[in-house]
Amino acid sequence: MIITNQKTEEEIEEMAEPFGKIFVVGCGICATSCQTGGEEQVAEMVEKLGAKAVGSAMVEEPCDLRIARRDLKDYKDGIKKADAIMVMSCGAGVQTVSDYTGKIVLPALETLFIGSTERLGRFYDRCMACGECVLDDTGGICPITRCAKSLLNGPCGGQVEGKCEVGDYKNDCAWVLIWKRLKEQDRLDLFMKFRPPRDHSKKTLTTELIFR
Amino acid sequence: MVSNRPAYSNLMKDIREEKFVLTGELEPEKTTGLEEILASARAMKPYVVAANVTDNPLAMAYMNSLVPSYIVQRDVGLETVYQMVTRDRNRLALASDVLAAAHLGIRNILAISGDHTVLGDNKGAKAVYDLDSAQFVYMLHKMIDEKVDLAGNEIHGDVEINVGIAANPNADPLEPEILKIGRKTKIGADFIQTQTMFDVDLTKEFLKEVERFKCPTLVGVFPLKSFGIADFFDKYIPGVHVPKDLLEDMRKCKDEPDKEKRSGLYDEVNMEFFSPFIKEIRKTTKAAGIHVMAVLYERIFEPLLRETM
Repeated sequence: MIITNQKTEEEIEEMAEPFGKIFVVGCGICATSCQTGGEEQVAEMVEKLGAKAVGSAMVEEPCDLRIARRDLKDYKDGIKKADAIMVMSCGAGVQTVSDYTGKIVLPALETLFIGSTERLGRFYDRCMACGECVLDDTGGICPITRCAKSLLNGPCGGQVEGKCEVGDYKNDCAWVLIWKRLKEQDRLDLFMKFRPPRDHSKKTLTTELIFR
Repeated sequence: MVSNRPAYSNLMKDIREEKFVLTGELEPEKTTGLEEILASARAMKPYVVAANVTDNPLAMAYMNSLVPSYIVQRDVGLETVYQMVTRDRNRLALASDVLAAAHLGIRNILAISGDHTVLGDNKGAKAVYDLDSAQFVYMLHKMIDEKVDLAGNEIHGDVEINVGIAANPNADPLEPEILKIGRKTKIGADFIQTQTMFDVDLTKEFLKEVERFKCPTLVGVFPLKSFGIADFFDKYIPGVHVPKDLLEDMRKCKDEPDKEKRSGLYDEVNMEFFSPFIKEIRKTTKAAGIHVMAVLYERIFEPLLRETM
């Protein structure tokens, strides 16, 4: 799931300030689960915007152009009237709505990470979509995401009692977790393995994926 | 595995000749001047075979360490260990600097990842880490031993450099740290310099653990010039704690109002602590030497060496 949180009230006010009429769009999947852009948060935003809000809509998946088109087709008038659309979804949703409507878009959320959910309100950064998955080698714990330096041959000197120097020793050192996991699995040979530098060109060149 | 790379540097030659070596440390700061560094280098020159030149330690933006690494060698005649962190440069910039260092006659590089940018004085900076320290050691191996860069592109001229790595014997848990050192010695490290140590038993335990890698190890010590430095070190250097008694002894010296007397007291406390420490390491372990991080505290070299060497 794409994990988001809302921008601060001041940031949203500042972003909305130049526009007289704003249409608000929510996201029915990830931002609903994060409680950052679901029905409730859209209603709150409409209330906050007061007279500026000229309408709102929930889109099941704003990042899917077909679904955005389907779910927004009954709101054409409201969207037309608006000076800008405030989208309460991840960056992919914001851009899809922008492409579909051609309108000025205002992102109400910050897109944080691809995360796993423990329960509502507890999300953990687990994947950076690096395009070169090494989880088979690292005991199912991602060093690219969970090591602050994204080291492939860790740990570094900044781990103290299994905690990371980044974030004041509150976060686990990913490489100590990996070492523990591989040790439990009797696969420390994988820990010792030298992982060569990543090929960043792969990710740089992958800006679209087209099957047909 | 012992690196079979030739000893290019005086440091490496002395290590191979089984001399008990001493290295010092120089720290460029946020300045355009080099007077302080050169004065420190001159002061420690009689006592050390080489001096490390730190590279933006604790992620502070300081003078590029290649410049003092070169000028200290040229003007003082003291060999340097050019420290390079992978935090601030991608593989292109690292390779460029290694080529430049080779041209300037630098004979030692210490390859490290570097403290994260969020610990530094420009917290919003992007931390690069295109390579980690092991991958950087691998790149140095390619450049030095195979005369190619990481992508296999040919290098013209020779890169005659010995490669050092850092180790943290204070690491808890220690096992992943040891395994990681083993991996780097296989890839192409010539020598190890440890993080600063205060616990002699822990140091001995660590040296025993890494003995199997047959990679010469210099034990790091950090004589404490003042209570302020000791206190800062204790609080802010990841994983390093100054022993309570030593810190307390340092605190007592602080109250001496006469500056000269105070310096003398600090020196005494340092001698009492580090002299037996170094003697013990020298007598009972296979350490290749001591890395003395007496930054701006060069006056301690003479009494310390008189007592221990």
